[in-house]
Amino acid sequence: MSIFDILFYLFAAAIVLSAAFVSLSRNIVHAAFSLLFTFLGIAGVYVLLSADFIAVSQILIYVGGILVLIVFGVMLTNRVTNIDIRAAIRSRIPAFIICAGLLALLIAFITQAHWIRYDEEPWKKTPWGKNAVEQVTKPLQGSVREVIDQQGSQGTAAEIGKLLMSDYMLPFELLSIVLLVALIGAAMIARQEAVQKKRPLSPSLPTEVSQ
Amino acid sequence: MLSNYIPIVLMMVIAIGFGILMANLSKWLGPKRPNFQKLSTYESGMIPVGTTRERVSVKYYVVGMLFIIFDIELVFLYPWAVTFDKVGAFAIGEMFLFIVLLFIGYIYILKKGALEWD
Amino acid sequence: MAPLSHYLAVSAILFVIGTAGVLFRRNAIIVFMCVELMLNAVNLTLIAFSQFLGDQTGQILVFFVMTVAAAEAAVGLAIVIALFRNRQTVDIAKVNILKW
Repeated sequence: MSIFDILFYLFAAAIVLSAAFVSLSRNIVHAAFSLLFTFLGIAGVYVLLSADFIAVSQILIYVGGILVLIVFGVMLTNRVTNIDIRAAIRSRIPAFIICAGLLALLIAFITQAHWIRYDEEPWKKTPWGKNAVEQVTKPLQGSVREVIDQQGSQGTAAEIGKLLMSDYMLPFELLSIVLLVALIGAAMIARQEAVQKKRPLSPSLPTEVSQ
Repeated sequence: MLSNYIPIVLMMVIAIGFGILMANLSKWLGPKRPNFQKLSTYESGMIPVGTTRERVSVKYYVVGMLFIIFDIELVFLYPWAVTFDKVGAFAIGEMFLFIVLLFIGYIYILKKGALEWD
Repeated sequence: MAPLSHYLAVSAILFVIGTAGVLFRRNAIIVFMCVELMLNAVNLTLIAFSQFLGDQTGQILVFFVMTVAAAEAAVGLAIVIALFRNRQTVDIAKVNILKW
């Protein structure tokens, strides 16, 4: 068992424990801060899976953006008396059955299926598999210095950028429209009262009266 | 490969250790002679009123929301910046369209007055 | 390196925890956080597959999921805030006007 395996199990334990705390904690502020550790643990697992750019984006978007927004949401809706809100007893039993069934199903899938690696037989024959094997077994060229430079900059950002600019161009542009709609929608929903306040309550009557 | 991260881990350890050390050094070294004035929330300042569990203004939310949208844009700019010289003018046009679309949203928000801090 | 099934198991557990939170809790913001947990579980699966199959497409998909999650967070929390302003509650059991 290498140091990276130990790190993975540590991260996994942190993820599961803090996620359980998020969904069970009675204090919403504690839940929000526990979510921070879940996100960081997942970023750590991304690093172990050598997806470095995704790990950085995870921290930038989830920790720096979404979590901050959630904490704002907590602060905007917090009441001084925090009532413990839980599901009614009636709906608890079906919910429990759904969760247990889902867990059993997923674990059964994971243990039963035969998962392949990039260098295993059926996958290797597909075009994606061929490409992957080529990528991994590509011999490094040039002097020692260049090899070190190449290995030092083995980031995934360039690979992602290439795919975004070519194969996934249309989804990429569509995302900007999704963001545009979210931007306008969220600002309008959140600022409703301010926009209404600005307009006069009764529009000034047309000048029929003076005629 | 993963050994590239050792400097980052080292820096994190040093940063956290430095923070803990500096925050606690005065506690460990300094003398402690508390009195009523020193223990008040703002020594020789205002007397605090109300609880700390106040709700904040919704304006902060709009700024936070704007931040997250442009945060995403930044994350997309990075892989683009690494590769656009290999793809050429097409990539520049693509990113231009992306930024223009988000900029329209920004102008809209600005015109609607959602960012006015009245 | 730990086998693929361990990564999948972590994300399966994370997904079920998220589902449990969505089903059991009635505070809209907690439900929201649990939806984020579920999205993260899916992202973890995608990255694990991407690494073990040597294919970068999974990472692109994670990017798209992250963007949609951010848009969802912005709009969803705005709705929660508007809800709180109008009804003074974030209890999803009390928001039942559209319920049949």
